[in-house]
Amino acid sequence: MGRIKTIARRTFLIGTASIVGGVAFGAWYVSRPAPNPLLPQDGEAAFNPFVMISRDQITVIAPRAEMGQGVHTTWAALIAEELDVDLDQLTVLHGPAAKAYYNSALMGEILPNRGYDRSDFQHRLGDTLGQLGKVLDLQVTGGSSSMKDGFVRMREAGASARETLKETAALRLGIDRNTLKTDHGAVIAPDGTHILYTDLAADAAKIDPIKVDLRDPTKWRLLGRSQPRIDMVGKATGTAQFGIDTRLEGMKFASVKMNPHLGGAMKGFDASAAHLMPGVEKVVNLGTGVAVVATNTWLAMQALEAIDFDWGAAPFPPSTSDMFDTISAAFDTEPNSTMRDDGDVSTLPEGAIEVSAEYQVPYLAHATMEPMNATALYSGDRLDIWAGNQGPTFVRDFCAQAVDLPADAVNVHTTLMGGGFGRRGEFDFAVLAAKVAKEMPGTPVQLTWSREEDMGHDMYRPGAMARMRGAVKDGQAVMLDGQIAAQSVIQSTLARLGMPSGGPDKVHVEGAFNQPYAIESFRIRGHLAKMDLNVGSWRSVGNSFNGFFMESFVDELAHAAGRDPLEFRLDMARAEWAPAAAVLEKLRDISNWQGQGKRGLGRGIAMSYSFGTPVAQVIDVTEEDGLIRISDAWIVADMGLALDPANIRAQMSGAMIYGLSAACFGEITFTDGAADQQNFPDYDALRMHSAPRIMVDLLETQDHMGGAGEPGLPPAAPALANAIFDLTGKRPRRLPLMHDFELML
Amino acid sequence: MPTSLKINGQAHSVDLPDDVPLLWVLRDELGMTGTKYGCGVSACGACTVHIDGEAVRSCQVAMSDVWGEITTIEGLGTPQNLSILQKAWVDQQVAQCGYCQSGQIMQAAALLAETLNPSDSEIDEAMQGNLCRCGTYPRIRAAIHQAAKDMGA
Repeated sequence: MGRIKTIARRTFLIGTASIVGGVAFGAWYVSRPAPNPLLPQDGEAAFNPFVMISRDQITVIAPRAEMGQGVHTTWAALIAEELDVDLDQLTVLHGPAAKAYYNSALMGEILPNRGYDRSDFQHRLGDTLGQLGKVLDLQVTGGSSSMKDGFVRMREAGASARETLKETAALRLGIDRNTLKTDHGAVIAPDGTHILYTDLAADAAKIDPIKVDLRDPTKWRLLGRSQPRIDMVGKATGTAQFGIDTRLEGMKFASVKMNPHLGGAMKGFDASAAHLMPGVEKVVNLGTGVAVVATNTWLAMQALEAIDFDWGAAPFPPSTSDMFDTISAAFDTEPNSTMRDDGDVSTLPEGAIEVSAEYQVPYLAHATMEPMNATALYSGDRLDIWAGNQGPTFVRDFCAQAVDLPADAVNVHTTLMGGGFGRRGEFDFAVLAAKVAKEMPGTPVQLTWSREEDMGHDMYRPGAMARMRGAVKDGQAVMLDGQIAAQSVIQSTLARLGMPSGGPDKVHVEGAFNQPYAIESFRIRGHLAKMDLNVGSWRSVGNSFNGFFMESFVDELAHAAGRDPLEFRLDMARAEWAPAAAVLEKLRDISNWQGQGKRGLGRGIAMSYSFGTPVAQVIDVTEEDGLIRISDAWIVADMGLALDPANIRAQMSGAMIYGLSAACFGEITFTDGAADQQNFPDYDALRMHSAPRIMVDLLETQDHMGGAGEPGLPPAAPALANAIFDLTGKRPRRLPLMHDFELML
Repeated sequence: MPTSLKINGQAHSVDLPDDVPLLWVLRDELGMTGTKYGCGVSACGACTVHIDGEAVRSCQVAMSDVWGEITTIEGLGTPQNLSILQKAWVDQQVAQCGYCQSGQIMQAAALLAETLNPSDSEIDEAMQGNLCRCGTYPRIRAAIHQAAKDMGA
C-alpha cells in the first residue's frame, strides 16, 4: 500500500489538483455505471451507449469530435470489428452530451511520469485515474487520447451487442447461440439462414446484454488496415454539414463584435446607424460586446461595422515587448516545477564544453478554416445548441448557466468541425450564441464570427521563452539544464472552467522534461508568467514550444560536440528507450541520411516524444532565387499500434504542415492589448506551392498505444530550423522564421 | 428589385441589397451551404465557385455584379453521382476536416478545364490561393493528377 499511497499523494500535486479533488466522491461513485443516454424508440435497441439498432439502421455513437483527424471512422471501426458489420452499413453520430461518453484516457495523462518509462503498474494506475473522467463528466476530445480511450471499450461495446443479437436469434430459432455466426450485419444459422441485425433489434432490446471476450488481433478484418473515411464523400460534394451549415426553419443570422482589447470592458456603444441598416432585426448587448441579428450573416457583419464602440483597456501589459518582459522576468521567480532533475547540473565535468542559448516563440492563433460559430434555439424552458465542439458537457453546462436553465434542459448537437486544433475545446462561441438566442425566444439564431473576430478573440498558444544550458564531452551530451517560461495553459483553462489550480504544471514542460534521452545531468524547470490574458490548448500544447526549444538546443550541442546530429541523438536515445532509437534509425534509412553540409542543400533533423508517440523528422531546404524553399520531408512515428495507417499518415503530415506554417509565418502580436493580426493575409500558412513533398513511415515496436493527432507537430519547427542552420550557418533561435530568413511565400 | 441568378442550371430570384456578396446569397438565402466562408477577403479560397466556368471567390463578387452562370460544388456532382474529379478526391482520401475542400475542388475543376494534364508547377500556380489548415496538399495534388488521367489527358 505504501507505494500506491505515495503515488496517489503525488498525483495531488500535478497542477490539476482541483480535478483530482473529485476523488472525494469515493470509489463507489467511480465504479457506478453511467446511465445510457440513448433513448430507443419502439422497435429499436440501444445495446449500450454506443450501439443502437432500429428496424432499418445500425447507428454507432462516436462521441469524440470529428475535426478532421478521422476519429469517427476509426472509432466506428473499433465497434464494427467486433460487431461484424461493414463501415458503410453504419450511421455514425457524435451523440449527445452525457456522462457515459467521458474520456477514460485523458486523466491518465496527469501522472507525473515521463510516459515512455511507465511500468505496467503505472499504466494500470493511469487507467484507474482515467475513470475520473466519468466522475467529472469529461466528455473531451484532446490530448491525442481518443484511440487509447476507445480501443478496449468500443470493441467491448461491439462484441456485447453482437452476442446479444446472436442470443436473440438463438432464442428465435430454438438453437444454441454458439452454433451461430455473424457477418455483414446479420446472424447466420448453421443451415445458412441469414437474419439481419435490424430484424432482431426489437427482440434484442428485451434481453440483458451479454459480455464476451474480445477477439484476438490476428483475426481483425478492419483494424490495422486503412479504411475509406466515412465522411469523405460528403466532404468531396459539399454535403457534409459543419456547424456553420446548420439551417433551421425561420433561422436568423447574427454576427458579433467583442472588445478587441482582450478582457476589457465595454464602456458604451452607439448602434443608432446599425438599427437602420438593411436586414437588421435586433442589436443585443452582450456586456463586453454586441451582436447584431439580421436576415443574412453579411448584413449583420455590415451593421456591426456601423456601430461606434467605447472600449475599455485590456488588463495585461499593453505591447508584445512588455509581455515578453513579463515572461522573461518569470525566469527569476521560484520554479513552478522541476519535473526532471537527474545527476548534478551545478558541476561541469572536467574538460566539458559548455553551451548556452536563449529561444523565443510567439503567441499563436488556431485559425481553424471554419470560423467560430454556433446556432441556438431558446424556448423558455429548453435550449438547443448546434456547434462543432470538443467538449459537449462543458458546452451544455456553461450554456445552461448563461441562459439560466438547468443543465438537463440544454441539448447539445455536435456537428462536424472545420478544424479544431484545441480551439473548439473552449465554449465561448456556444455561450455567446446561447445568450443571443435568449433574446429571440422561439427563433433559431446562427451566430458566426467574422475571421477578424475569430483571430482577434482566440485563446492563444502562449508566447514562450527558454534558457538552455548544456555541456558536451568526448562527443556526448553530459549536461542539459533548461528553464521554460510562459503563461500556464492549464491554469488559464481551469480558470475558465471555474476550477482552481495549483501545483507543478506538467503540461508547461511536456516535450522537454520527458524526452527519451539519456543525459547524465538533466534538469528541466518550469517558470510561470502571470498575465491576465486567456491562453489555451493549441495542437500539442506545451510540446508545441518545448519541441522547438529542446531539439534546437540538442542540435547546438551536437554541433558543439562535432558530431552528426542524427548519430548524436541516436546515442542518447539508445541508452534511454529503444523505440525512440528505432524511429531515428528508420528515419536515417528512408531519408538516406548521409550527414549535413552539402552545398545548396540544408538538412535538419529533430525527434520529439509526445502523447506516448516518438516522432522523428528530417526536412530538406534549398535556396531558389534567394528564397528558402522547404522541398522534402520524412517522418517516422511509432504509436505502438497503427489502427488506420493511411489516416495516421495524414495526421502526421498534416501536423507537420500545421507546425511548419506556424514556424514560418505564425505570430500574434498585441498593441494596447488587441491582436495586430486580423485575417489570413497577416497570418499566412504553407500552401500548395510551399508545402514539401512528405514521406511517412510508421513503426509498431512499442508496447503501449500512443496518440496520432498531435505528435507530428513538435519536431517540425526544430527540424526546419536545423535545416536552415545547415543551409545558412545562421542558427534560428526565435520564431516565426520569416523575421530572420527570406522564405518562399 | 429582385436579382435573377442562374445557379447550377436553375434560375433563382433573390431580393437582397445589390452589394450582398454572392457567397452570402448562396449560403444564407438559398441554403446552398457547400460553398464556405473562410476569410471574406479573398485570401483562403474556401468560397470558390465558377462564373461562366471561371473560378472566382464568391466573397468578393457582389450579387448585382454576377456576369454569368454560376456553378457551385453542388452543381459539380452528388454523392450518388460523383464527377470524375470528386471521385479522384474520394479515391485519394484527400479531405481531413474538409472545410476548404469545396473551394479546392472548384479551383481544381477550373484548372483541369483549361489545362488537360497540368504539371506540378501548373498545379502550384493554380492552387496557391486555396488554403488548407489540415495540410492535405500532397493528396490534393495526387487527386488532380488522377482526375487528369481519368479524364483521358
